[in-house]
Amino acid sequence: MNITATLIAQGITFAIFVWMTVRFIWPVIKRAMDERQKTIAEGLAAAEKGMRDLETARDEARKILDEAKSQAADLLGQANRRSSEIVEEAKQQARAEGERLVANARAQIEQEISRARESLRKEVAALAVAGAGKLLAREIDAKAHADLLDKVANEL
Amino acid sequence: MASGAELTPTQYVTHHLQHWTVGEGFWSLHLDTLLFSWICGLGMFALLYAGARGATAGVPKGFQNLVEVLVEWVDNSVKESFHGPRGVVGPIALTIFVWVLFWNVLDIFPVDYIPMLAQQVGHHVFGMDPHHVYFRIVPSADLNATFGLSVSVLILIIAYSFKGKGAAGYAKEFLTHPFGANPLIIPANIVLNIVELLAKPLSLALRLFGNLYAAELIFMLIALLSMTASGFDVGSGLSFFGAIAMGLAWTLFHVLVIPLQAFIFMTLTIVYLSLAYEHH
Repeated sequence: MNITATLIAQGITFAIFVWMTVRFIWPVIKRAMDERQKTIAEGLAAAEKGMRDLETARDEARKILDEAKSQAADLLGQANRRSSEIVEEAKQQARAEGERLVANARAQIEQEISRARESLRKEVAALAVAGAGKLLAREIDAKAHADLLDKVANEL
Repeated sequence: MASGAELTPTQYVTHHLQHWTVGEGFWSLHLDTLLFSWICGLGMFALLYAGARGATAGVPKGFQNLVEVLVEWVDNSVKESFHGPRGVVGPIALTIFVWVLFWNVLDIFPVDYIPMLAQQVGHHVFGMDPHHVYFRIVPSADLNATFGLSVSVLILIIAYSFKGKGAAGYAKEFLTHPFGANPLIIPANIVLNIVELLAKPLSLALRLFGNLYAAELIFMLIALLSMTASGFDVGSGLSFFGAIAMGLAWTLFHVLVIPLQAFIFMTLTIVYLSLAYEHH
């Protein structure tokens, strides 16, 4: 049980094995572990990001859907307004047309009336002449009394 | 126990406590200690290298798992107490733990098998007197091995003291710690610091050595008990089976001591290095 140079040899041996561990073992294992840790962390981060992306995509989709809905509602409103406008316009046109037709008809009636009055007047004049001729029992010169007859006809 | 039976118990034990030595006095080498330290060291390297070779960042397989568990455990132990740049502290701690563990495991081998094999080889191959073939296989039961390790740790402690505090800072601490900077007290500080510094490797080496040496000695005594069996009578049966029962009990207990001592050596090394590195 004595201390010998074995101690020094053991110290050197220890140094050699520490060097071997430092050189060939430790960094290799540490690198593998660190890389794996990084990969796992990245995977988790990617999953997290994917979840967040999904959430934003859902929000986006909901927003687009809402927009589409409100646009559709707008369009429907516009269409409704437009259709009532069209109906209103059509009514107005119809009324105007109707009025025009009525006016035409009235004008025609006026014309008919005046024409009828004219022919009546002529017939009355002819009757008056004939009546007068019969009364006077003689031919009245129609040409000589034309002025008089016209005057009578106009007064009728 | 062909050769053992011819020896008295005292001779048996003393024979088992002799190292295979070359040289005289201080400048001699315990070849058995060195041989088995190297076998343990190479075994350790083979194990760790089996895990490190082709280590992938993907799904680890086989030995890589084992080595990763070891490395992570040691790295966490270092992280907990060593707050400087960790650098080679981790590899040092890992080497100490696995190497000392392998040394200690050699104590589980039946205490006579390998020495007897060596005796036969020495006698028949090299023509030596079998009584002069000395062979001890447990490096941690050799003071030279444990002190070889703890003196290396002492050198590391001093190196890390310089690294962490600088030469001036270390000198200042050595002179003024723990009692203060009063010039009259400085000698006391120096004495205390030297004692403190030397106590660390001394306690490290003696703790490991004491545990393993005592355990080896108890295995020898149990082996001696089995040697008192001389035939097929009741006493021989008792001593034979008693030796088996006690050997089993002591081995089971020793299985706890083996990793514990390796762990203590590693942890204290880390603690000493962190104490050396940090300012007080």
